[in-house]
Amino acid sequence: MSVLVYTESEQGKFKKVAFEVASYAKAVANQLGTTVTAIAMNVSDTSQLAMYGVDKVLNVANSQLDNFNAKIYANIIKQAAEKESTKVVIIGSSANSKYLAPLLAVELNAGFASNVIEVPSNVSPFTVKRTAFTNKAFEFVQITTDVKIVGVSNNSFGLVESSGSATAETFSPVLAESGMKIESVDKVAGKVSIADAEIVVSAGRGLKGPENWGMIEELASVLGAATACSKPVSDLGWRPHGEHVGQTGKPVAANLYIAIGISGAIQHLAGINASKVKVVINSDPEAPFFKAADYGVVGDAFVVVPQLIEKLKAFKAQQ
Amino acid sequence: MKILVCISHVPDTTSKINFANDNSKFDANGVQFVINPNDEFGLTRAMWFKEKQGATVTVVNVGGLETEPTLRKALAIGADAAIRVNTVPTDGFSVAKQLANVVKDGGYDLVIAGRESIDYNGGMVPGMIAGLTNANFINNCIGLEVEGNSVKAIREIDGGKETLSTSLPLVIGGQKGLVEESDLRIPNMRGIMMARQKALTVVEPVATNAETISTKFEKPAPKGAVKLVSLDNLDELVNLLHIEAKVI
Repeated sequence: MSVLVYTESEQGKFKKVAFEVASYAKAVANQLGTTVTAIAMNVSDTSQLAMYGVDKVLNVANSQLDNFNAKIYANIIKQAAEKESTKVVIIGSSANSKYLAPLLAVELNAGFASNVIEVPSNVSPFTVKRTAFTNKAFEFVQITTDVKIVGVSNNSFGLVESSGSATAETFSPVLAESGMKIESVDKVAGKVSIADAEIVVSAGRGLKGPENWGMIEELASVLGAATACSKPVSDLGWRPHGEHVGQTGKPVAANLYIAIGISGAIQHLAGINASKVKVVINSDPEAPFFKAADYGVVGDAFVVVPQLIEKLKAFKAQQ
Repeated sequence: MKILVCISHVPDTTSKINFANDNSKFDANGVQFVINPNDEFGLTRAMWFKEKQGATVTVVNVGGLETEPTLRKALAIGADAAIRVNTVPTDGFSVAKQLANVVKDGGYDLVIAGRESIDYNGGMVPGMIAGLTNANFINNCIGLEVEGNSVKAIREIDGGKETLSTSLPLVIGGQKGLVEESDLRIPNMRGIMMARQKALTVVEPVATNAETISTKFEKPAPKGAVKLVSLDNLDELVNLLHIEAKVI
């Protein structure tokens, strides 16, 4: 009956989101009066999960799982759910988790709620709060199936430490046919991805040209942030498409989103307004972004950003 | 190749979102509806397969009569035929079941859906169709080529992209990148006239149970005014982010 949580990893190590979904799973388990079982793929040391309330870890060790495959992973989670007689499965909101979730829902015949931002407001009927209408509204959804899947929005619940220990168990599921082959992966090493980032530094056409992105990269590096850009910037080819955030680009749900030289078109805001705190730096005080932001500086990015970098460096040095 | 493009009928991004019936239902009053942007990228890619490789393209929507103008727009863009499953959608899973039934009935090789609709943002329908029809599935698809039965596709991953090979039958959750914004087509008069002659078939739904029930909506609390920090006092901004907002 335990709550099952899929704890994502990369190259043998848990991603931060794994600890957030584990914390969330623990809260749900407390509501239901049960324990938390985590399912992990090829993680060398799973002991950290105990700090976030996991009681038992099913660790699958199989080199065929080094590369993510949604169908195989979904099928493994299904096998784990059946083994544990799970009624509630918790996953995250990474591209991979969102990829496998609907396949898992079909396998388990489970209702699925994505982009969930709080612990269930009620467990009978099982009701969760999620974002909808690209963050212009919240929706309360009852999941009525016997088995339920909850997709937790990034950075919505945070990490909650608890004490205890987790037993580790080797789990050897049967692997499904993948039907697919990865030909190549193109990923910039050593860079924080927008999905994993707590802080995102984003810039727009106000920067005047791709040659001016050095200060954006530097600001991001000082903050340990990911870099992003507005749609016109990616359409102009100043920055790679993968950095485009907004309604038709990547969604952002960061703790801090800093928009530099971005006017704040509604399509842009739709993609980023799940972020908790928004800062805008723009020379035009009438830019719509000022209405959506928490903090603002009216000023030329070429003046503000270098100064802000210096201030932040001094701040970091004190910490 | 037989292609089915799933078209979600959604409020335009600039619409004001309101709720009726004691906040239990989306209020469509005065709302302008459009083809879901993620679906439009897919539809445009489907047009490429039609024009270069002789594919036939059918568009489908699960919805009431009021969604037909959106399907007609897809026909005006160039789809060959349209299907409307005559039921008001309640949840993602039951929409996927309706669509899976259409896929099985029509024997489609390739199903193109958007990675998510911009109304309910469930992001589950494409994968569920794949699961229900036992097809291969690629989500966040930003590049797609088909030769015979073989498929080469590019998937956006967190922090990069991966190139995949697979085979038909296939379902994709598409997005910008399948085609660029500048490739999107605005229906011309000829297209609009022709769309009126094209078949729009209404099919009755299969019986499904709702796996999830939407019970209530809330709007975010009104935002406070932005706190402006003066250009020569950026220490204040650092302090606010550290002490007040606690994000650095």
